[in-house]
Amino acid sequence: MASLTPAITLDRVHKSFDGGKTFAVEDVSLEIASGEFLAIIGGSGSGKTTTLRMINRLIEPDSGEVSVEGAPVTGLPAHELRRRMGYVIQGVGLFPHLTIAENIAITPQLLDWPRPQIEARVHELLDLVELAPAAYANRMPTALSGGQKQRVGIARALAARPHIVLMDEPFGALDPITRDTLTTAYRKLHDQLGLTSVMITHDIQEALLLADRIAVMADGRMVAAGAPNDLAGAGGDPRVLALLEMPRRQARRVRERLADNANG
Amino acid sequence: MPDYLSQHVLLSAAALLLGLTLSLPLAIAAHRHAAVRWPVLTLASAIQTIPSLALLALFYPLLLALSAATSGLGLHFSALGFLPSLLALTLYSMLPILRNAVAGLQGVDADVREAALGVGMTTRQALMQVELPLAAPVIMAGVRMAAVWTIGTATLSTPVGQTSLGNYIFTGLQTENWVFVLFGCAAAAALALIADQLLGLIESGVARRERARVMAGAIGLIAGVALAIAPSFVSARPAYIIGAKGFTEQYILAYLIRDELEEQGLVARRRAGLGSSVVFRALAAGEIDAYVDYSGTIWTTQMGRTDQPGREAIRAEMTQWLANQYGIVTLGSLGFENAYALAMRRDRAEELGVRTVSELARAAPQLRIGGDFEFFGRPEWAGLRDEYGLRFNAQREFQSTFMYRAVANGDVDVISAFSSDGRIAALDLIVLEDDRGAIPPYDAVLLVSPTRAHDEAFLAALRPLVGTIPVEAMRQASLMVDREEDKRSVRDAAAFLAAETGLD
Repeated sequence: MASLTPAITLDRVHKSFDGGKTFAVEDVSLEIASGEFLAIIGGSGSGKTTTLRMINRLIEPDSGEVSVEGAPVTGLPAHELRRRMGYVIQGVGLFPHLTIAENIAITPQLLDWPRPQIEARVHELLDLVELAPAAYANRMPTALSGGQKQRVGIARALAARPHIVLMDEPFGALDPITRDTLTTAYRKLHDQLGLTSVMITHDIQEALLLADRIAVMADGRMVAAGAPNDLAGAGGDPRVLALLEMPRRQARRVRERLADNANG
Repeated sequence: MPDYLSQHVLLSAAALLLGLTLSLPLAIAAHRHAAVRWPVLTLASAIQTIPSLALLALFYPLLLALSAATSGLGLHFSALGFLPSLLALTLYSMLPILRNAVAGLQGVDADVREAALGVGMTTRQALMQVELPLAAPVIMAGVRMAAVWTIGTATLSTPVGQTSLGNYIFTGLQTENWVFVLFGCAAAAALALIADQLLGLIESGVARRERARVMAGAIGLIAGVALAIAPSFVSARPAYIIGAKGFTEQYILAYLIRDELEEQGLVARRRAGLGSSVVFRALAAGEIDAYVDYSGTIWTTQMGRTDQPGREAIRAEMTQWLANQYGIVTLGSLGFENAYALAMRRDRAEELGVRTVSELARAAPQLRIGGDFEFFGRPEWAGLRDEYGLRFNAQREFQSTFMYRAVANGDVDVISAFSSDGRIAALDLIVLEDDRGAIPPYDAVLLVSPTRAHDEAFLAALRPLVGTIPVEAMRQASLMVDREEDKRSVRDAAAFLAAETGLD
């Protein structure tokens, strides 16, 4: 991995929303390898969303540089950059006045793909996210459940065959079962399509189960980044250790309580 | 009817279209920049608080000044009629469109907006493909409201010289023809309802994303507008325009003059119901070609004179002054006088022992006076009041029809009447003698605009009118229109006057 050009590089990136009094993101540097699945975790206000949005230029950094596949992101207009990346958000943001098929087709359309090619791609994507094209293509978004909406959101993000997908708590609003199904399904797509994925989550367990590598943010700084095993290693930041301890403690308690019931 | 409707539709449609064209970009700017939002919406609200009639009236002097300022640049436009009405109505239509457009755009879900940028739309594409389509139903609701307001308010453009369905209302009001008033109101209301329904069809089509509904509404609107305004393009011949102020005598005279011109083979149109100072400026600016004014009015209001050198001297000086100041031609007196006068019911006057204004002044502190909308603001009133030291117990203003009613049934004791008004005799009123000569003479004079000063055909066609109308004939003609029983139309009264004076 190290010999290849990183898919995404953040180099000493700063962002302040109050003219420099406080920093939402402070001195963050990060390399994300091509094909890697990175999870960014941290509490609210830790700067994870700001960091993600600086990659597709929904937010511009005050200083530092963001590069994608070796080239600075400022090298081309923001909208062109975004057409080359998938972007999935918690609220999904399907266009309510367009059908499912039209929603998925939007980025290829902006890229002026020929119509037959767009139609074939929409069909293919609906299959990929396991929504039967015949049943769903012409529905309006309001007719879908939360999980189905997010499947369409993912299909829309993948429509123009991006190499990189950015996701901001994509499954945060879903019930646990749907969430489990969708995270597993997405990880499969990630491997199958050879994507580079960056996913924000506040759920450490989800991060541990899904990601190749986890970056932990607190107060605008990146306090640790590494594979789940490395993070848990000795000498780590106490905040990181506390974060990692939580799912273990929860798993222990679940086990204990289930055992109590069995005995009782 | 076709002309009134046609002009009304043309004006409303143009104002609405212009209002929409201006409001949408403003709303988009207000939506994007919070700093723009407050001033834009506040200004639109402020405009809405100006009474619509005042807003219409204010554009006239404004445009007149602008027209004078730009005439050096070879720019010539009319400050009367269509333009001031269009501008005022456009401003008026903007608030509902602006408000709703801003609310509609602001109401678009933040996730949807973020997704639009996230999938790679430019801000323009996000606006056109996502924000505007989603805000469209709310915007259309604003357009509907604006359409109803505009069509209703357009009836008020008659006094600034724009033909509209308001012509029925204003003429009807002045001549106590309530059928006319009702007809004008009903026609405007029907028009507003039709426009509202068609726009409603578009609105629901946009909301339900049914192209067929949108198309049906749009086609209905376009067809309706085209059908209504077609006559104004067919009959667009150059014509002489005869102005008239907003009272019965003026309506009749405008008809009489028009008929006289048409008999001589000239094409003429009337523009009636104009405010007194609007009509004078319109003549000076050549926007109307002729109208009848009164020597005393010109003397006091336009020339600002307060002295009383006598009838002949006033007419001579006025003729000279009009020619020098404006190049206006005073063709001559029609033959009668219509002076401002104070009138009372005969029985009330006898009971108080009042025959002259001096005698009135002694009784005045116990009496109530009524005037038309202009009277108390005019120099004649100031002159009378100061000369005689008139102090009344109460002072009220009426539309002139209601002023006569008020004196007849005793709501007021004294009114500002016109000496040639047929209602003086009909209601058994007496005119109090101006014993100190505070009111100047008011000979009805035919004035011609500077642009027609050398139009011999026009002048020759008008000349037969000079010196032909005795005050008795004028009173009878006015009374035919103003009386309650056997009420006649203005057209009939003009025909009567023509027959009476041997003009036809």
